[in-house]
Amino acid sequence: MRKISRLGYESRLGWALVGPALAVIALIAIFPLGWTLWESLHLHELRMPWLGQPFIGLANYGEIAKDPRFWAALGHTAFFTVVSISLELLIGLFLALAMNRVFRGRGFVRAAVLVPWAIPTVVAALLWRFIFESQGGIANALLVDAHILEQPMVWFIETATAWVPVILADVWKTTPFVALLLLAGLQNIDLSLYEAAAVDGANAWWQLRHITLPLLKPAILVTLIFRTLDGFRVFDLIYVLTGGGPGTSTEPVALYTFNALLQNLRFGYGSALSVVIFAITFGLALVYVKGLGVRLSGDET
Amino acid sequence: MTRRGKVAWGNWTFGTALVILMLFTLFPFYWAIVASLTPEAALFREPSLWPQQVIFDHYRALFADRDFITPIRNSLVVAGTTTLFCLIVGTLAAYALARLEFKGKAAIMAFILAVTMFPQISIVSPLYLLLRALHLIDTYPGLIMPYMTFAMPLTVWVLTGSIRQIPKDLEEAAHVDGATRSQSFRKILLPLAIPSLATTGILTFIYCWNEFLFALSFTLGPERQTVPVAIALFRGQYQVPWGEILAAAVVATAPVAAMVLVFQRRIVQGLTAGAVKG
Repeated sequence: MRKISRLGYESRLGWALVGPALAVIALIAIFPLGWTLWESLHLHELRMPWLGQPFIGLANYGEIAKDPRFWAALGHTAFFTVVSISLELLIGLFLALAMNRVFRGRGFVRAAVLVPWAIPTVVAALLWRFIFESQGGIANALLVDAHILEQPMVWFIETATAWVPVILADVWKTTPFVALLLLAGLQNIDLSLYEAAAVDGANAWWQLRHITLPLLKPAILVTLIFRTLDGFRVFDLIYVLTGGGPGTSTEPVALYTFNALLQNLRFGYGSALSVVIFAITFGLALVYVKGLGVRLSGDET
Repeated sequence: MTRRGKVAWGNWTFGTALVILMLFTLFPFYWAIVASLTPEAALFREPSLWPQQVIFDHYRALFADRDFITPIRNSLVVAGTTTLFCLIVGTLAAYALARLEFKGKAAIMAFILAVTMFPQISIVSPLYLLLRALHLIDTYPGLIMPYMTFAMPLTVWVLTGSIRQIPKDLEEAAHVDGATRSQSFRKILLPLAIPSLATTGILTFIYCWNEFLFALSFTLGPERQTVPVAIALFRGQYQVPWGEILAAAVVATAPVAAMVLVFQRRIVQGLTAGAVKG
């Protein structure tokens, strides 16, 4: 009896305390989302106010389906996401294994890798743009000195070479985050497993393959999905580094949508693009929440 | 014998790889600092890894000619206000989520996590129309409000994870002795949670300080631009003013870098408590 009333009290108190935060989130994040959906069903050209805002059903979505620039942007986004995340996972795993060891200067390494993660993406993009900028830039100088290039090249003029600084900058900026997530996973692994394996004469490679990687799988999965969602909404980095160019050949979906909205002021069509991006991201997020569902149940360990 | 040889070899490759990785990490910063002290005309002429001639003209130009103080002030106001508001509202929510048992808690956590992940671009259009209707484009509230969309869920999520790690024995003992929830919250948990609040505050501040898409979409000119937008839109009269851009990059990076170096351990804990443990 008393327990029930106590639970009732906790329940009311709980909702009362969570209320303001939920209200803020609902008002400024969820409500606009509904608005985007509504917008996406209308023709709304801010440049042509005389057209009004007629309801056009799914016509915007029909246009997306036939829009080559959208499909190209989707391809660029997928390409960027897959390449950069693969590199980040590989290097991040190495860094995590390194930071999990005891060695002199470990504190320095941990602090140093955090800095790229913490600075504005815009700044990171500019640093890498400068490194690859102009034929007289430092990247060209170093590569020519090392005889990797025969002569300086213009990186941003061709699609294939324009991707190089973009991917490098993303790997540079995000690998620390990946390494930290993986490191947290590594630290949860029971050390006695390694001791037992060592007693049985297993070498480091065997231990990595049969103990570390299997037990690290949940952390790797979480990282993978976190980064996939991040990669999918990439904007700042490419806006500054290539501006989507040359032409629109490195343009990701978020940049295309931004241009449709704020350059061309096509709010109906831009909103439909936003909805499509949201739907894709939401699908990916569902996988994440499902995969981690048990741990979300709020039990305190 | 061979075993030891192998281990040493492993250490050697490990060491080399780590050094290369560190060089890769630090080089862009080093290069930006060097370039920000180099005369514009020498920037792309036979670049040298060591500074040939050190000048401070770019920094002087940044503050004297370009008024870089304004974007810094804008960023401080917007990021600071957002962080403060999120901490106040978020602490209540995080306390409830970490300490109280109530129906719907798991759903709330899942909801908050979902919101932290949704793409900013998907709400740019309605926020723009909304802010335009309220005449809030190019104002501080017009940035602070949109910033809540990512800052609030982030704050609640990290703070909840962090408070959960504080042992609750003391509070429970106080409840046995007849203390109310409000008393145990104010007198026991809050003092213990100050490090958690600081960590969360730093994280939220960094995210706000770095934000670009909203700041780009909802400001019109230099008056209200934040640091990332101001730097990204730097233009010279005839060419890209790289010297000044890099000086600005150094200025924008320095405070964040300092914060990270000082609070490194806490930041790592805050990030991973929220992200991995759930």
